[in-house]
Amino acid sequence: MFDSLADRLNSTLTDLRSRGRLSPEDVAAAMREIRLALLEADVNFKVVKSFVETVRERAVGDGVLGGLNPGQQVIKIVNEELTALMGTGAAKLRLKSSPSVILLAGLQGAGKTTACGKLAMLLAKQGRKPALVACDVYRPAAIDQLQTVGGQAGVPVFERGADVDPAEIAVWGVQQARQQGRDVVIVDTAGRLHVDAELMDELVRIRDAVKPDDTLLVLDAMTGQDAVNVAETFRERVDFSGILLTKLDGDARGGAALSVRAVTGVPIVYASVGEKLDQLEEFHPDRMASRILGMGDVLTLIERISENVDADRAAEMERKLQRSEFTLDDLLDQLRTIRKMGSLGGLAKMIPGLGKQLRGMDVDDRQLDRVEAIILSMTPQERRSPEIVNGTRRARIARGSGTSVQQINALLQQHRQMKKMMKGLAGGKMPGMPAIPGLPAAAGTAHKKRRKKR
Amino acid sequence: MIDYGRMFRGLDGGESETPTAPATEQRRGLLRRLVDNLAKSRQALQQQIAAIAFDPAADDVFEALEEALLLADCGVPATVEIVRRLEQEAAAGGLRTTEDLTAALRRVVADLLAGAESRIDLTARPSVVLVVGVNGTGKTTTVGKLAEHVRRAGGTVVIGAADTFRAAAGEQLETWAGRAGADFVGSTSGQDPAAVAFDAVSAAEARGRDVAIIDTAGRLHTQSNLMAELGKVRRVIASRLEGAPHETLLVVDATTGQNGLQQARLFGAAVPLTGIALTKLDGTAKGGIAIAIAHELGLPIKLIGVGETLDDLRPFDAAEFAAALLGAPS
Repeated sequence: MFDSLADRLNSTLTDLRSRGRLSPEDVAAAMREIRLALLEADVNFKVVKSFVETVRERAVGDGVLGGLNPGQQVIKIVNEELTALMGTGAAKLRLKSSPSVILLAGLQGAGKTTACGKLAMLLAKQGRKPALVACDVYRPAAIDQLQTVGGQAGVPVFERGADVDPAEIAVWGVQQARQQGRDVVIVDTAGRLHVDAELMDELVRIRDAVKPDDTLLVLDAMTGQDAVNVAETFRERVDFSGILLTKLDGDARGGAALSVRAVTGVPIVYASVGEKLDQLEEFHPDRMASRILGMGDVLTLIERISENVDADRAAEMERKLQRSEFTLDDLLDQLRTIRKMGSLGGLAKMIPGLGKQLRGMDVDDRQLDRVEAIILSMTPQERRSPEIVNGTRRARIARGSGTSVQQINALLQQHRQMKKMMKGLAGGKMPGMPAIPGLPAAAGTAHKKRRKKR
Repeated sequence: MIDYGRMFRGLDGGESETPTAPATEQRRGLLRRLVDNLAKSRQALQQQIAAIAFDPAADDVFEALEEALLLADCGVPATVEIVRRLEQEAAAGGLRTTEDLTAALRRVVADLLAGAESRIDLTARPSVVLVVGVNGTGKTTTVGKLAEHVRRAGGTVVIGAADTFRAAAGEQLETWAGRAGADFVGSTSGQDPAAVAFDAVSAAEARGRDVAIIDTAGRLHTQSNLMAELGKVRRVIASRLEGAPHETLLVVDATTGQNGLQQARLFGAAVPLTGIALTKLDGTAKGGIAIAIAHELGLPIKLIGVGETLDDLRPFDAAEFAAALLGAPS
């Protein structure tokens, strides 16, 4: 998401890094690059101005010129200031009362309705009993959409059609939720422009009627300079307590997140990183700042792995590896575990250094589908003992999986290599995570090379 | 009523080159509306121009101009280009007063935006319009409004709901189809969108309708599998009807920042685009991304959305847009 910004800063700062000493002109040039990068990343012009000024002042004030490693010092300053701008520590919802009420508001198309479903799913995962209330009475079929996402998330949706006043629906919905023993109520509202006085008044009425514990501004990560105007107006009128950032899985550099945080001081609480309902994450500003500087997002990666990898199965896998019994069934198992963690491209971006290497290379999740199809077209016996797969069997498997004999050969070859490699790794620390088949080979080597360098 | 001669090419109601009196009045109404809607940015920009224009030869004139354009989401390259052209004029001695500068700015911006045909080409029978874009830009609403405009301009419409992904997208579109009196080709959730597009084009042909408008699911341009799916939708349409789709419009939200360029590039790589529909110009967003897209990719803006009502979906006019953004005479 912030990759391009990371690249820009990296190249500027690598430049600084490669020289022994910095002249004031060097600092100025670096600041220009940072300014340009932030502008292209849609960070608000005014925020950019003050950010660059702060960095420059500190860079000069901290005596970069006389420092032992000036480049590192600039990186450190940029990192610290960026972290300060994004805020530190993950922000939490308040959720004080029972039921707690969360009000979601934002512009049209920011992704409120989907966010409602995702938030409900996340809260349910954390042991809460959420319910949804449909207060978007304007957009055609908005209520149907909320009912569908509610159904997918497995939470009740309270609606009274499109002819009732939204504030009335909200109050009624909270009552219903209380009666049914739900402990969190998420209120979906219609998208509205911050300059639409009438609809903003309505939002204030809804807020006053249900007195939410938290009001979240749903913000599209692709928003440009205007994000600041939107956030300031919503803050003035309904005083939101947190931001839910959507569509962060695209390649938007997400400068709006930085700007809005800087201008309103309100923390970003959640980030939506995919279309599926379980792709909402708690936002970690400190990690994001590291990510901007290209340090990767290792913490998130580790969290996802531990969430999705079953400890028992991992242990069993380790035993198997020690006896070098890594079958194609096991490979299939691992593929599915990886798939549960999200898209390959998304995962790769979290690994320091790898995100950059993979740019332009198409990390196609469908390659995994192909591998899956091939394995599923094999008989159980073939999966256990791939060495019996002869020419006839290959042709059959290729027909069955819609692939070619070459692709099957490649997979079998890869499997043999993995098995061999894992035999050596068997005593190692990460038995459940061998090389990923389907990932472009260059990426793997790039990663390895990097490792060696360190 | 909107002057449909400016919006469509190839519809009976819209071919007259000389606008009738009420249409002219309407156009003035549009201008006023656009001006009103963009009032804030216009004022801000005007103030900045006024503040710095005492000495158009000074360095910080262009710095302040640059700031204003960047704040309007015009992006660095387009801003640099605009400022470069103005600096040239200034160097040639053409910019002495505030008025000179304002007029020159408007001319340069209009120049960047003009060029390609900005009417929607509906000359073929049936004409197929494919509507694509990222999530939440207003594709479904644009399709619904466009259908109604085609009807008013004297055309008949089939709407194809090829958004088989988003919950209740079909219902939302069916409501619009009902309002516009259009035939509706629906789908079931998870159905192949290419099949729906195929059916919609077939229906338009079989029933002798003038236009088929195909709505697609919002997708992030970075999802290669979904972009490939879009490519397939287009291929299926093209194989069903030669020359189709006649228009492929990318719907861009005016609040979008520089990512809009990336959207235009990657959608364009998956399905050749014929134009942009710029929506949600009624907020404080300035829609400068349109200038960036026009400057870098040469894609014409064919429609603008300046509000929620039907009449707020408008034909695009570069001069009006530039005038409204940069301070038109009221």
